[in-house]
Amino acid sequence: MDFVDFPEMSRGDLRDLRIAIDTAFRGFTRAYGETLEQIFHPIQVLLIFIENILINSPWILVLGGLALMIWALSRSIKIVAGTVIALLLIGYFGMWEDTMRTIAMVAVCTMIAVAIGIPTGILMARSDRANQIVTPILDMMQTMPSFVYLIPVVMIFGLGKVPGVIAVVIYAVPPIIRLTNLGIRQVPADVLEAAAAFGSSNGQMLKDVQLPLALPTIMAGVNQTIMMSLAMVVVASMIGVRGLGQPVLQAINNQYFTLGVMNGLAIVAIAIIFDRATQAYGKRLQKHLEAVHG
Amino acid sequence: MDEATHDIEIRNLYKIFGPNAAAHIESVKNGMTKEELNAKHNHVLGLEDINLTIPAGRIQVVMGLSGSGKSTLIRHINRLIDPTAGEVIFDNRDVVQMSQKELRDFRRQKTAMVFQKFALFPHRTVLENTTYGLQVRGVSAKECEEKARRWISRVGLDGFEDNYPNQLSGGMQQRVGLARALTNDPEILLMDEAFSALDPLIRTDMQSVLLDLQSELRKTIVFITHDLDEALRLGDKIAILRDGRIIQQGTGEQIVLRPADDYISSFVHDVKRGHVITVRTITRKGQRADTPITLPSNTLLEEAARAMTNAEVNRANITDGSGAHLGMITLSKTVAEMIAPDTSEDDALEAAVG
Ligand SMILES: Nc1ncnc2c1ncn2[C@@H]1O[C@H](COP(=O)(O)OP(=O)(O)OP(=O)(O)O)[C@@H](O)[C@H]1O
Ligand SMILES: [Mg+2]
Repeated sequence: MDFVDFPEMSRGDLRDLRIAIDTAFRGFTRAYGETLEQIFHPIQVLLIFIENILINSPWILVLGGLALMIWALSRSIKIVAGTVIALLLIGYFGMWEDTMRTIAMVAVCTMIAVAIGIPTGILMARSDRANQIVTPILDMMQTMPSFVYLIPVVMIFGLGKVPGVIAVVIYAVPPIIRLTNLGIRQVPADVLEAAAAFGSSNGQMLKDVQLPLALPTIMAGVNQTIMMSLAMVVVASMIGVRGLGQPVLQAINNQYFTLGVMNGLAIVAIAIIFDRATQAYGKRLQKHLEAVHG
Repeated sequence: MDEATHDIEIRNLYKIFGPNAAAHIESVKNGMTKEELNAKHNHVLGLEDINLTIPAGRIQVVMGLSGSGKSTLIRHINRLIDPTAGEVIFDNRDVVQMSQKELRDFRRQKTAMVFQKFALFPHRTVLENTTYGLQVRGVSAKECEEKARRWISRVGLDGFEDNYPNQLSGGMQQRVGLARALTNDPEILLMDEAFSALDPLIRTDMQSVLLDLQSELRKTIVFITHDLDEALRLGDKIAILRDGRIIQQGTGEQIVLRPADDYISSFVHDVKRGHVITVRTITRKGQRADTPITLPSNTLLEEAARAMTNAEVNRANITDGSGAHLGMITLSKTVAEMIAPDTSEDDALEAAVG
């Protein structure tokens, strides 16, 4: 035996293996694809509903609504002013509709990521066993190139909004899970002991002590999740998600420099708005830490 | 107000820290020492055969150096720590045997705790901290707030209801800790070095607050400290802990007069004896002096000396609890006893410690 060539599996065996797995998966897709699509259908309904509101309402109302929402989160005139100016420019350069689609997409993905991420994070914080099991899965989700899991998703769902949402959520959910877990585990032991000494049940402890104290950390997770959803917009456009990603993809394929830059900048603008707004909100949650006895 | 009516009885309590504690309990009961247990099995003997009756409505002080097991002991009373063996009896029930639900109810209704590092909820205001115990019990928000405001005011924090803990000084934070505990109106108040983190002046201040409250509330208070002056000032009863064992218990006076061993002697060495010892110790039984001064037998040496000096006499008659004549004391003996232990008249001492 020489050590130069690696003793690989024979080509024939490898091909048989691939074919076997692919066939099995295709079989699975054929058998359960329809059911899965049914299960995930509500996502599509929700997404279309939000898209319709954003696109079909008068733009001035949408602009006002968004500005109001940003104000509610950040309580900062500066951030609201920045938002309004950015959105006006986006509209003026003809990217209003795509931007609205992207915002709808990010909103839905974030909602789903929060709905999955926070309970999972809580579970991990409560059970070291769950922590040991979920952590490597999260590592895999974050390092696996997103194109790889696009393949099975597309095989099951075809092209369209739902596979887009699923791909984005897989990509964007790990930070909120990790940071929920971290936030709860960081709650000081003496505070937990005090809560226990007063006879708190597990639920009361979670609701009144652990979650409120973890909330700033959880918000940091939400912030990252939003940023990562936005980053996935271009990749998701490859499987038929409409929005700001599509023109970028088109620009890459046809070397339309200006089109690419303009849509890219629009994505950046939205990212900055969401980032500043959620961060400002996170800061406000930590109000109790600010004023320190002098 | 819930006045305390039940003693807390701690019986044969053992605590071994380590993954396999139960396996070693027999060897410990058969005399294995803390060092042996640690060396051979890598387990820590936290408490060893604790027997203590904590009287209802009194302040029981548990004293000892760092690592002696004080925190471990007090946490057995509300079972924040589970014992390896033993019983904690309150009102005919063993806290150790309670189910999770019973234990929660016991903690909610009978106990409250004040912590060395305050352990306030940083995200809740003073008011919200104070209502916590009642809120956990499911008391209506209105009633919670009413009671909480009353206690906040009682501990002297009027006007700070809406502040967050870290906007307050240490002394104020511990007042919140006290208000949070008292709002629960518990029979048992557990205080683990509650005043140790405070400056000496604030600390004395808080001791006064506590004594003042206790004179009307009559809770069963378990107070942990490593400071003898604090122990003597607060404790109706004192237990001294060393390496997880109680090496002496009794009143402050008994401990100062009769330290059980050198370890305790070294503790009580610097004590202001005039503050602690009563004239009962030095009363010459049956004798009567010709003097205008008459004092009850529980008068402290210092007060007796002051009374005699003010009246410019050097003798005083002593009466017992019912006012009947007991004997007399001399000024010189009083002062001598304040300065240094004097065992020349052991019969008098016997009478006090008896
Ligand atoms: N969870 C634990 N695991 C192992 N050993 C422990 C644990 N908790 C306490 N101990 C040990 O038990 C002994 C008593 O600790 P405890 O905290 O009760 O002391 P303490 O008297 O309250 O001291 P301090 O004055 O420093 O608060 C110490 O030797 C400590 O190291
Ligand atoms: Mg301690």
